[in-house]
Amino acid sequence: MSEAFLYTVEVFLNGLMAGVLYALVALGFVLIYKASGIFNFAQGVMALFAAMTLVGFQNGQVPFAHLINATFGLHVTNFGWNLHSVVAVFLTVLVMIFLAWAVQRFVFRHLVGQEPIILFMATIGLAYFLEGFADLMWGSEIKTLDLCWSAGHCLPQGGNFWIEDMTAGLGGEGFYGFFIDSLDIVAAVVAMVLVAALVAFAQYTKQGRAMRAVADDHQAALSVGVSLNFIWILVWSLAGFVALVAGIMWGAKSGVQFSLSLIALKALPVLMLGGFTSIPGAIVGGLIIGVGEKLFEFLIGAPFLGGATENWFAYMLALLFLVFRPQGLFGEKIIERV
Amino acid sequence: MKMKFATMAVAAVMAAGPVMADLVFPSLSYRTGPYAASGIPFADGYADYFTLLNERDGGIGGAKIRVPECETGYNTEKGVECYESTKGEGALVYQPLSTGITYQLIPKATADGIPIHSMGYGRTSAANGKVFRDVFNYPANYWDGASGAINYLLDENGGDIKGKKIALVYHNSAYGKEPIRTLEELQKTHGFELTLLPVDHPGQEQKSQWLQIRREKPDYVIMWGWGVMNQVAIQEAVNIRYPMENFIGVWWSGSEADVIPAGAAANGYKALTFHGVGKDYPIYDDIQKYVVDTGKAAGAGDQIGTVQYNRGMYAAMLAAEAAKTAQEIHGTPDIDAKMMRDGMEALEITEAKMAALGLPNFGPEFKVSCEEHGGPGLVGVTQWDAAAGKWNVISDYKPTDRELIGRLVAEDSAAYAAENNIEPGCN
Repeated sequence: MSEAFLYTVEVFLNGLMAGVLYALVALGFVLIYKASGIFNFAQGVMALFAAMTLVGFQNGQVPFAHLINATFGLHVTNFGWNLHSVVAVFLTVLVMIFLAWAVQRFVFRHLVGQEPIILFMATIGLAYFLEGFADLMWGSEIKTLDLCWSAGHCLPQGGNFWIEDMTAGLGGEGFYGFFIDSLDIVAAVVAMVLVAALVAFAQYTKQGRAMRAVADDHQAALSVGVSLNFIWILVWSLAGFVALVAGIMWGAKSGVQFSLSLIALKALPVLMLGGFTSIPGAIVGGLIIGVGEKLFEFLIGAPFLGGATENWFAYMLALLFLVFRPQGLFGEKIIERV
Repeated sequence: MKMKFATMAVAAVMAAGPVMADLVFPSLSYRTGPYAASGIPFADGYADYFTLLNERDGGIGGAKIRVPECETGYNTEKGVECYESTKGEGALVYQPLSTGITYQLIPKATADGIPIHSMGYGRTSAANGKVFRDVFNYPANYWDGASGAINYLLDENGGDIKGKKIALVYHNSAYGKEPIRTLEELQKTHGFELTLLPVDHPGQEQKSQWLQIRREKPDYVIMWGWGVMNQVAIQEAVNIRYPMENFIGVWWSGSEADVIPAGAAANGYKALTFHGVGKDYPIYDDIQKYVVDTGKAAGAGDQIGTVQYNRGMYAAMLAAEAAKTAQEIHGTPDIDAKMMRDGMEALEITEAKMAALGLPNFGPEFKVSCEEHGGPGLVGVTQWDAAAGKWNVISDYKPTDRELIGRLVAEDSAAYAAENNIEPGCN
């Protein structure tokens, strides 16, 4: 096979992997939008907050240490112990559930029935609050994320040598085998499990059906005894969990730092393409965006346009979909009768 | 009534006196936002050096120092707001720590007669003091960085890099594009092949660029990155098993925060520098004694000795030395911004002076003049030792291609002068 073809396949495969990572971020948006009609601007910051909390727990960091030290003249930074990753993940999930409760109790409970734009504005405020709160709680320095479930079994880094070696013979001397990041493979598996679990939850559990009922018509759901408060806390908790997963996967690449909150930018074209209300849509949208932008960069962007076309292409593709299918590939068509 | 008035006047003078005498060095810092990890240590180093002078020496020439800090979040609009809100306090010099903010402040500060010092960033052609009278960028600028990187590669290859493939991975912004012209000119001279690989802000996704590097196997990769782009680039280089010793970042891509997330695999990564690294300088004893032990360290006090902390401290030291020079020129400790400009233009840094300040061999010797606001442009190289968790200087400060850089500076500054009706000259 020609090297050009093989490298195109490599770019395609890496686009799929990148798409999965975009989809992980988009999933959180979909969950909340589906259940409450809120476009959660704070989803990216939730990923940052979750990842910072996880690393903080792992490292035994004292929360609000800077504030405590400045106020009381102390010099505390660390409890002196390190938590096992699994325990730290469990505690972080609890924190995200508490955050969901707090968001519902102090923000959205007071905004029930308000226009969607008001709810959206509230999430912008929430994003800024959470950014500052995360900094205050855990500090602004870049933190290394090492997630290990047992001795010697951690989130992998680097290219997958097995795939590289197995495929090296497909081309000539100028082909070095397919490069696939091991972390991306893990992310893809996690995303598949997550989507399957979320779909199963929504279809086959009582709470899942209640969640869908609230999404369809929250007043009708209320009239048959579904607790709106509980469902919203449930949905924000699920979005918090998805944010934690996205924060782990992206944080393992770049270190846990403020820029994690900007990964939301990668989710927007995915949502436009896949639809705001479809969990499978987030995955398919992510894959299309990932593959599309990588192939465009490889075949057209880098050789003819000077490169760095990926962000531009993702939004252009999303814009095209908006023109021909405003609800996205899998979104529900909104028909309003007068 | 007269007595009351006299008492009030004395009280007013007494109250106003110390404020009048303060030497004000505003710190446009960013302790929040996506670049906080680099902004915090720089701001700490900048503040701690002035605190040291206040505590140990009673200020500069007997005048106390005040460092009002204003948070920019690395946002250009906020940076301009910070400038506007602090310039009335008697600001002597601004160090914006952002190329974007620097570009916005150049016309404003020039009109207000307040000098700007953009050390290792900002508008490179500001090195021409005949056009940019109030702007200084000593001791090195971006184009020195590009030339310094190539000179280092020449040294590594016995003076011949003809036919070598060099890739520039750069932040797709005005900052990241700064070295391109210089590298393209140097490409003509030295015959290497240059590949340009832009990375869009913020730089969290760089798979395409590193797959291209894996395919094309350049001999060297030079990086002009900032923030998360640095950490991701180093991790991606590790992922494709690119040899770290052939990967060189500019000085804004060479701090602890850039390499630590990649762990042990980042060992051997190199970065350019124009100042010393580490804590092995006598000044740190004084910082410990007068700043840390007295509880006056800036921030959490946990950044001392990091690359960006050293850079902030160096920036403060150069400002303080310029203020001393201004005091000597004008014969008064109470200097204003215009006098400070004179001090900056007459600044001379010698090794004896650096050693006396507790910073022997920390930075190059240089002398500023009206014609040369950019310093000598000497560039060194550091390398990350992951096991020891520290940067080591592996190449001393060496000259860059001053003929080429001088020509580029002259071209760019002439264009600026023409656009802004500036008559170049020294007066």
